[in-house]
Amino acid sequence: MKLLYFAWVRERIGLAEEDVMPPADVATVADLVAWLAPRSPGHAAAFADPARLRAAVDQAFVPLDTPVAGAREVAIFPPVTGG
Amino acid sequence: MIRVLVSRDAIDIAAEVERLEQGGAVATFAGLVRADDGVATLELEHYPGATEAALTRLAEDATARWSLTAVAIVHRVGPMAPGERIVFVGTCSAHRAAALESCAFLIDRLKTDAPFWKRETVEGTTRWVEARAADEDAAARWS
Repeated sequence: MKLLYFAWVRERIGLAEEDVMPPADVATVADLVAWLAPRSPGHAAAFADPARLRAAVDQAFVPLDTPVAGAREVAIFPPVTGG
Repeated sequence: MIRVLVSRDAIDIAAEVERLEQGGAVATFAGLVRADDGVATLELEHYPGATEAALTRLAEDATARWSLTAVAIVHRVGPMAPGERIVFVGTCSAHRAAALESCAFLIDRLKTDAPFWKRETVEGTTRWVEARAADEDAAARWS
């Protein structure tokens, strides 16, 4: 599974993207965030407050309780501020 | 016509409006980098691929809902200075009400539905711009 990070999530983690193989009990985007948090101090800082995170699964915006089974690309980012 | 463009280049409003002139009424919106709060530089990051898909979906929604003959959504990314154009939205329809309403719909929904992030530099300090609840409310009035 390919992970993409944007804005301050990317900055805190220090990576724009990474490939991971989450275990079977990682069912949703929220589970994925909880599983990723201990990977590094940067991940922990980025994912400390999941209420401030938004996500896209295969480029579609989704709530964090969305399943990730079969997803090719998951993006995690702050609320958007375009326009 | 649906035109969606995400680019680092300056936005040419005259050229955009000319492309839109495919009916009786054209409405446009342009967003500029504000100079207030001492912002020296604004930088826009986006999610390539997903951004264009989200903007195309909004343009298709507006075209179906208001019977538009042309829609353009042009959004700049990268660094820009106060006064520069960040975003342009334009619509064309047979009559003004559809053009004006769909133009407001597009800029309201673009703010919440497209993956862009703003980072501003104020007095040498760089910070990510926080999302505003007022933008969520403005987008929600169209659902």
